[in-house]
Amino acid sequence: MSRRNRKRRATGRRKKQEVAGRPAVNRNIQRLLQASECQAGLQRDKAMESVSFPPQSSIAICGGTHGNEMTGVYLVREMQKHKVDKIGSVSISTVLSNPRAVDVCRRYTETDLNRCFTDALLSSPITDSTPYEVRRAQELNAQLGPKGSEKAVDMLIDLHNTTANMGLCLIFYTADYLPLQIFKYIQNKMSSVPVRAMQLDIPLSDAYSLDSLGKHSFSIEVGPQPNGVLRADIFNIVKEAVDHTIAWLQEFNSGSTFEAGEVEAFTVVKSVDYPRDPVTGEISAAIHPQLQDNDFKLLKPGDPIFLSFTGETVKHEGEELYPLFVNECAYYEKKIAFHLAQKRTFKLPSIHMKKD
Amino acid sequence: MEVDEVMCLPRLPRVAVCGGTHGNELSGVYLVREMLKVEKKVVEEEEEPVLVMIVLSNPRATQQCHRYVDTDLNRCFTHATLNGPMSDTDPYEIVRSQELNTLLGPKGSRQAVDLVCDLHNTTANMGMCLITYSDCDWICLHIFRHLQKEIPDIPMRFIHFDVSNKESYSLDSVGKHGFAMEIGPQPHGVVRSNIYTAMKDGVQHMLDWVRLFNSGTMFKGGFVDVFTMVKHIDYPRDSVTHNITAAIHPHLQDRDFCLLHPEDPLFQTFSGETLRYKGKEPLYPFFINECAYYEKGIALSLARKRRVMVPSIRVETEQEQQANDHEYSSEEEN
Repeated sequence: MSRRNRKRRATGRRKKQEVAGRPAVNRNIQRLLQASECQAGLQRDKAMESVSFPPQSSIAICGGTHGNEMTGVYLVREMQKHKVDKIGSVSISTVLSNPRAVDVCRRYTETDLNRCFTDALLSSPITDSTPYEVRRAQELNAQLGPKGSEKAVDMLIDLHNTTANMGLCLIFYTADYLPLQIFKYIQNKMSSVPVRAMQLDIPLSDAYSLDSLGKHSFSIEVGPQPNGVLRADIFNIVKEAVDHTIAWLQEFNSGSTFEAGEVEAFTVVKSVDYPRDPVTGEISAAIHPQLQDNDFKLLKPGDPIFLSFTGETVKHEGEELYPLFVNECAYYEKKIAFHLAQKRTFKLPSIHMKKD
Repeated sequence: MEVDEVMCLPRLPRVAVCGGTHGNELSGVYLVREMLKVEKKVVEEEEEPVLVMIVLSNPRATQQCHRYVDTDLNRCFTHATLNGPMSDTDPYEIVRSQELNTLLGPKGSRQAVDLVCDLHNTTANMGMCLITYSDCDWICLHIFRHLQKEIPDIPMRFIHFDVSNKESYSLDSVGKHGFAMEIGPQPHGVVRSNIYTAMKDGVQHMLDWVRLFNSGTMFKGGFVDVFTMVKHIDYPRDSVTHNITAAIHPHLQDRDFCLLHPEDPLFQTFSGETLRYKGKEPLYPFFINECAYYEKGIALSLARKRRVMVPSIRVETEQEQQANDHEYSSEEEN
């Protein structure tokens, strides 16, 4: 791309995002890179022509972070049964994150494990009344972290399912080039299912999920699958995505360069709750049939979003955004009917392994 | 019986609509809650009003959004369990089943409600199913025919579990007539608008039918395809951990009521191997990959299909009813 066009595109994007009260993408990436430079020790070429990272030699694959999301449970169990601990240059820890919740096939026993990884909760003192999942989070932090330190695993991949029709979705905290390149790789390799990326715009200290323990991490979220149910087609998709990730890491560690490019990702900007009865707090409507199963399809003002139990339609008001996690079972109690996201383009430099 | 003979059956003055028998099957939970909000007034113009009892069967499980608290409520309605001695340490659902038996039964007695419609959801792709213990309960079969006619865009099937009245275990067995209305696919803990609407329409048409029946309408007979449960198949399991070692095969998943032939794929192991159906007889699968059945050791159920000839029916006139009552009393005296 010519320098003039690059500048034009960057200016356009900056204008759009400044209208929304957000920093320009380039400055955001710069800030994030500076933060992660301390952790990852990467070298950055000023023209962003190629970025190097250390070898990715230790990874963790986690399942059962929510005990009723069955694909991860069975994939991790299967890997443990076959004693998978090293594939080529990559040593692999397989972890059943929440064994107690897995035993009872519930999302959690006392509190959502996947909200227990903030800096505050990881360093909170343990007492008799500390919920099981807070304690377990600290155990996992000791095993796979500590979060933010040099000792943490290079990459942590956390496996999840959703009742929403999200296909295969990779979820990241930061615009980290490594997982974004893996996302691009998986997207090119897998044509049987839509592959998308979701970004949560949260600083590392506030990052609350298990995958924030690793140096470069992401969650693999696949749906639709009911909680407590194992579907073969979903299992095959997740297995394939994990296999591609490991293959990518092998290639990376053997010195391959992964070319520059662009990817689209969805950044969550807000959530919408169900209409509720003011007295009982119970939901009074369901996701409208025209929105149900239409994750990632642009929602415009006037589009129906809820159909009440008495037959009234509620419509979307506000800007055009992309709905995600539409009708996720576990989010009823979190008061989320769906998230709304902006679609952004991330420019990726080429990346390669740093040689000592 | 002659094909144009009309069978006369007693009126159905009391109908119970029950939801939340499993606390995480949400269409029934929300439908019952909505129906409870609307005050039930006896409309004076209505010639044959029906007393409709709306019941949230398992309030504790509903509040927790779990299938059950201690034990599956919908297995607690055998005569043995209902008439067993009560103790302080009884599981919640055993106590609750006896309460429901007092409210809607007693099961097997003249005081029992005339019809129980118990609302359920399944994670299996079953469309709408009416599930009963009898393949010759003409009331249930006519309701089924009526629903088929009134809601033509939903696949609808009639399932029969060949279980004697003594062994029948579910809530719908408490009424003189009863059936479960099972609709899927819907994940547990989720309410899907299309499934909720289907259930709402199903219940409304069912109540309309009862009113029409009670007011003397003659319902013409015809054929119904009945699926009679033959057996269940469990997942292959690890002999030590008892964990499942395969999932329903992708070619079978979501294909409820599509005939399964010997050697058709049944399961796919985690290493990708296909396990095939080894039965000798082609049968119809249903409840394929129902979430709640993993713990019951059921991956899918299998049924035979046969055509049942349903006679035309109408409600008994008062004279016919009195004659029958007299006959009943004489039998009792003898």
